[in-house]
Amino acid sequence: MLAMNYRGPYRVRADHKPDPVIEHPGDAIVRVTRTCICGSDLHLYHGMVPDTRVGHTFGHEFIGVVDDVGSDVKNLKVGDKVLVPFNLFCGSCFYCKHELYGNCNNTNAQASAVGGIYGYSHTAGGYDGGQAEYVRVPMADVGPHIIPDDIHDDDAVLLTDVTPTGYQAAEMGDIKEGDTVVIFGAGPIGLIAAKSAWLMGAGRVIVVDEVEYRLEFAKRWAQCEVVNFREVNDMAEHIKKMTDWMGADVCIDCVGGDAAGSIAQTLTGRLMKAQAGSSTVLHWAINSVRKGGNVSIVGVYGPTFNMVPMGNVLNKGLTIRANQASVKRHLPRLIEHIRAGRLSPKDIITHRIPLEEVSDAYHIFSSKLDECIKTVLIPPRAKDVSAVQASKSQ
Amino acid sequence: METSNQVDPHSHQHDHRGHAHEFQQDYPSEPQRPTREQLAHINGWGADLDRKDRPGVPMERTPPRFIPPPVDRLPQQEQTVEILTSTERPGITPIFGTVQPPKGLSGMIRRAAFRWSENDMRHWLLLLAADRVNVVEGIGEDLSQGKVPNVLAEMGIKAEWEHNRAGLVKKAVVAGAVLGTMVYLMRRRDER
Repeated sequence: MLAMNYRGPYRVRADHKPDPVIEHPGDAIVRVTRTCICGSDLHLYHGMVPDTRVGHTFGHEFIGVVDDVGSDVKNLKVGDKVLVPFNLFCGSCFYCKHELYGNCNNTNAQASAVGGIYGYSHTAGGYDGGQAEYVRVPMADVGPHIIPDDIHDDDAVLLTDVTPTGYQAAEMGDIKEGDTVVIFGAGPIGLIAAKSAWLMGAGRVIVVDEVEYRLEFAKRWAQCEVVNFREVNDMAEHIKKMTDWMGADVCIDCVGGDAAGSIAQTLTGRLMKAQAGSSTVLHWAINSVRKGGNVSIVGVYGPTFNMVPMGNVLNKGLTIRANQASVKRHLPRLIEHIRAGRLSPKDIITHRIPLEEVSDAYHIFSSKLDECIKTVLIPPRAKDVSAVQASKSQ
Repeated sequence: METSNQVDPHSHQHDHRGHAHEFQQDYPSEPQRPTREQLAHINGWGADLDRKDRPGVPMERTPPRFIPPPVDRLPQQEQTVEILTSTERPGITPIFGTVQPPKGLSGMIRRAAFRWSENDMRHWLLLLAADRVNVVEGIGEDLSQGKVPNVLAEMGIKAEWEHNRAGLVKKAVVAGAVLGTMVYLMRRRDER
């Protein structure tokens, strides 16, 4: 099969690899029809996540058609069209029983802090991802969600990670009516977080980024205020000034360890890898939020330590919440929002690129070329399915 | 573009420094909130205002709603390749990934890394070192299979040419200048 192949930092290509096989009675094999490049993939692409092995296939956002099932699979059959949450989860461990699917304890042998994630290094379990024609999907009775007929494929693929993660980011901020919410990062997750903040009753939503076309998109699509951090002297002071010197009620980190905006953080985090990525946004969030406010983190950091201003967290009495999204628990409500027209995730897709051109797709997304917001990759064997979907939607 | 530096409908638009009434008490003592009427134009505003409509509230919910009932004991996946396991849990998990098992020098470094827990920096630093060694091994692997890796294509030079031609030319000129200077300096040293 054709699959994305990681060769080292900033180097990927499309290669032929052996097809995946059933390795556990709960497995399914899914033929991928659409898969995305996620901002989190860039942390891998930039060589920031430990134990990212050459030959790995990335891709934790994908949908497809069930091609084969293991002997224990009861709820899926060959031919079912499914969206697959990015986190692998068993449904039976302590965490899954509490609906903390992002924290499953039974799918990652190689680390205990993080669960299994498709195509996200061996630190996240060593599973190949969906930027391929076929993918192994363990615990197929538990993870995949059959795509309802009235949900467009482009919305479905964005329900595998970006939409639930953006929504959970807002939810973890515990937004109350009228709250001022500052979102760091105008990428796909930040955009969905901004939309979700309005759903939860925010009074003001401010999105911070450095790339003007992304800010323009955020302002237009999420109807929010925007700040280009390159144009302000000091981020925390600026937010205080914008909020009559109170600070934001909620700050949300939708960037993680790839954050720009601080020379010291770039040097120690992104270049030297002396901390788990640059924690610029964590600094800004902690220092921009008002006392007693909430900080929500969905931006991805490496597993080592970060230098963050914990003293201010203590002195300001902040609540910090963070997690990988437990995708499955959000799906019913998010599908309702899409059906009601309150949310249209597919609007953020700017690029549809054949899987064969994965090197260019990564470069466009990573370097923010061609006003790229979100890229969908189409594997060669999916083109017939895509054509059917396109004709249906006309 | 116009950002909140210029437009900020909710707060003061000018720097108060130097004004006669530069006192904290000139500002509201509580956060200012817009009215529902002012927010009515936002599509979907407040649909999840009630916390009970939010799927993640409460943070931990049991029993789980959207998956089949948990089973007491999951079938154990058969191990066919070497899997490195965290020291912070007993044994191997019932389900695990089997792609790219450790091999070569990078594999040896990874095995060494897994002698320490995730709580120990040596674990992560060794894994990062192994990743870099693995990149060199990858080039060797390509060459041994008769394939010369097209590094520029793998880095997306076609996209760079299409969408950032000026930037690419600039990078090429800078790289050429650096290379030319180095060659010149080395030749001059050899001539002495």
